[in-house]
Amino acid sequence: MHLDKTEISLIGVAVATALAAQLSPDWLVFTLTLAISTALVVMGVVMLMRAGLVSFGQGLFYCLGGYAVGLGGRFLGITDALLLIGLGVIVTVAVAMILGLLMTRYREIFFAMLSLAFSMILYGILVKSHGLGSTDGFGVVDWTLLWLESETADGANMALLLAIGLALTIALFLNRYFKSSIGLACEAIRENEVRVEYMGISRQQVLYINYVLAAAVGSVGGSMTALAAGHVDPTLAYWTVSGEFVFIALLGGTGHVAAPFIAALIFTLVRTYAVELAPNAWQMILGIVLLLIILFLPKGIWSLFTRKKGAAS
Amino acid sequence: MTEILKTEGLSRYFGAVTAAEDISVTITAGEIVGVIGANGAGKTTFINMVTGYLPPSKGSISFGGNPIKGLGPRKLMRKGLTRSFQIPQLFLELPVIDNLAIALAAAEQKQFQMLRPVRTPERLGSAEEILEQMRISQYRDEMVTAMPQGARKLLDIALAMLGSPRMLLLDEPTSGVSLEEKYTLMDTVMEAVHARGLTVLFVEHDMEIVRRYVTRVLAFANGVVIKDGPVEEVLADTKVQELVTGKYHEHKNPGGDA
Amino acid sequence: MLTVWAILIDGFIYASWLFLVAAGLTVIYGVMRILNMAHGSLYALGAYAAASALGLYYAGGGDQLWMAFVIIAVCAITIGAITGLAIERGLLRLMYGRDEILMLIITFAVLLILEDVMKLIWGTTPYFAYQPYAAMGRINIDVLTVSRYDLMVLVVSIVIGASLWFWLERTRIGKILRSIIHDREISQAMGVNVERMFTITFMIGATLGAIAGGITAPIISVVPGIGIEVIVLAFAVVVTGGLGSITGAAIGAIIVGLARATSIHTMPELELFIIYAVMAAVLVFRPHGLFGQAVARKI
Repeated sequence: MHLDKTEISLIGVAVATALAAQLSPDWLVFTLTLAISTALVVMGVVMLMRAGLVSFGQGLFYCLGGYAVGLGGRFLGITDALLLIGLGVIVTVAVAMILGLLMTRYREIFFAMLSLAFSMILYGILVKSHGLGSTDGFGVVDWTLLWLESETADGANMALLLAIGLALTIALFLNRYFKSSIGLACEAIRENEVRVEYMGISRQQVLYINYVLAAAVGSVGGSMTALAAGHVDPTLAYWTVSGEFVFIALLGGTGHVAAPFIAALIFTLVRTYAVELAPNAWQMILGIVLLLIILFLPKGIWSLFTRKKGAAS
Repeated sequence: MTEILKTEGLSRYFGAVTAAEDISVTITAGEIVGVIGANGAGKTTFINMVTGYLPPSKGSISFGGNPIKGLGPRKLMRKGLTRSFQIPQLFLELPVIDNLAIALAAAEQKQFQMLRPVRTPERLGSAEEILEQMRISQYRDEMVTAMPQGARKLLDIALAMLGSPRMLLLDEPTSGVSLEEKYTLMDTVMEAVHARGLTVLFVEHDMEIVRRYVTRVLAFANGVVIKDGPVEEVLADTKVQELVTGKYHEHKNPGGDA
Repeated sequence: MLTVWAILIDGFIYASWLFLVAAGLTVIYGVMRILNMAHGSLYALGAYAAASALGLYYAGGGDQLWMAFVIIAVCAITIGAITGLAIERGLLRLMYGRDEILMLIITFAVLLILEDVMKLIWGTTPYFAYQPYAAMGRINIDVLTVSRYDLMVLVVSIVIGASLWFWLERTRIGKILRSIIHDREISQAMGVNVERMFTITFMIGATLGAIAGGITAPIISVVPGIGIEVIVLAFAVVVTGGLGSITGAAIGAIIVGLARATSIHTMPELELFIIYAVMAAVLVFRPHGLFGQAVARKI
């Protein structure tokens, strides 16, 4: 297996982050874990965006992943993190395979709003589920990773290492995926569906696979969030949360597999302070920044990096 | 002389409007057939029906002896029937080379191999070959948005030629292209067509182009084929002159304003 | 039998409210092809303006019911028209011609901004303006008691629906709007001032949203986030009926309203689920909603 430059950098950054975390305070480790988990969900949004689709309901899969961890620990007695995450992926893929049949028929605002509606259905069901704590949600059981236990002092660190490992695996896969036939076919669909059809490619099939994969990635992000935060509640599926994922995706841009991670880190750090300093202006900041991105950085902050590189060479 | 495309009684209505009525045409393998007619005469409707973009209201179509009515563009492409577009249908925000690589990946396997990289040495090789043939190699790594209209037309036709088709339908290949460029463009296209031994049906407004490249002509007016035959015979027909070519007098002498 | 009556009455009352909320959304989309996510915020603005003005009026010793309605109408129309004008002139105008999906994201940004603007103006404590609702009392229909205020909402909704229909189908400006809906470029070429029509349409749509909020204010407690819940419902209604069609919004509202009432009276825990299940079921068979139409692309 030959590694390209991006792959080597991704591995390098992952190892460096894991090492740096050993010296970092717990709050930073926790923030970083949340940022990586968020980035994974955003990655799903980016996968859809590359195919020209904007999902305002990726929270559906984020929430499914989170609740699978919560419920799996609570009712099935599973404590192994990888098994819990796997359970989330299985449930999510099953749901996405059904919804995908309907969703792949829609584009543009219809796709956006339908995805929103489906995630709101889950929200509505969870809010009415009093056995699951209704709007308060419930706590996630203490989990283990293979032979390690999370209740020990370095639980936060363990969650981060797990997140880094998963994120690296997914990023490496997606880096290849974006250059594969199906990855390019997604972009081709975004650019011109008529031509795609006349090339003999099934749009339905390409979009369907992409949709299900994006859902699975989102589910992993949700599971990781649940494991790190130790709690799940229905707001995971609330549509404004999905709106934040769209925001982060636009902030980073779709140009590179690393962009969502950088954008999610900026987002999570800024939110940590903004919510404390100006709790009633946080959304306003998001809205204004969103307008600024659309007006001045339509390809996201990643384009700043590539532009600089272009100017240097 | 084997028949390749045959339509019988092909009709299409949009509500009360008749876009095409009772079109029965037989095309023989290897023919280069021109389709002429005023705007709204039913030419594009005819092409759209044959290539599966628009379902016919009535009638039948067969390709290579097999009925193809009701098949979509994807199935028809697999059978060897492709087309180009009046407005080039390209992936504007992708590099030219990727436009071709995707088409090659889609064309070369029956089962579209999803997870393999799209840029393989073989595909890049074939893509460069056709860029060369179409004389647009200089745009290899540019985005399509950076190409002029004529080059886009050529790329659009190049995409249609990948995947070894047997018949190619060209929808106004020279529209939107400057008068001087038209002939170079058509020469390039026809060279590629002959190299591949394709049967071609093409819609054209310029009668000089029709005269130069075509052996047989279908003249459309008001949704009906009013004349079908050798090029000179059709163009000399009074009814055709009245309904179709009358308005093209100003184009008759393209060298005039040079 | 009683349940059936209750479902019908509740269903139609709820449907009339849904139509009020959805009408502005569908008008704007129909003419401008913009799905205005900030529509819910306009609803919330209308509700806040009406609730705080009513609060002042009643605190100052006012007790006239007709005056309360004047206050609601004036507040809602003023704030709706001004905010609508500001959004259209200040932001959307710069973006015309961009993708529908980008316009959706832009209005999402507007929603985020307006949500916090409202928090900064009105704080996070709830506002109540129940007085008009209480003052109107209830009437008995057979053995069921129905609030007169709810019945009034039904009447207002029908009046607004009928006026919108008249405006679009029977007036000169409606004719111009329909020509824009049919083909924007040709209307522009024929001398229609499309930009001005867009401003008018957006202001009317925004005002409709604010009126819906103003009328609803006496029924609910006005708190942050009401707009966000409303937009999701309004969307379900217009998609079921077919985006951009007034008739569609009315039919969609009735279907969703009846479905919700049925659920509340028989299986209350499925309330939210039913609304979207109806929408999904309609879309499976009619991908563009009951009155929606697919547009073919020119190649």
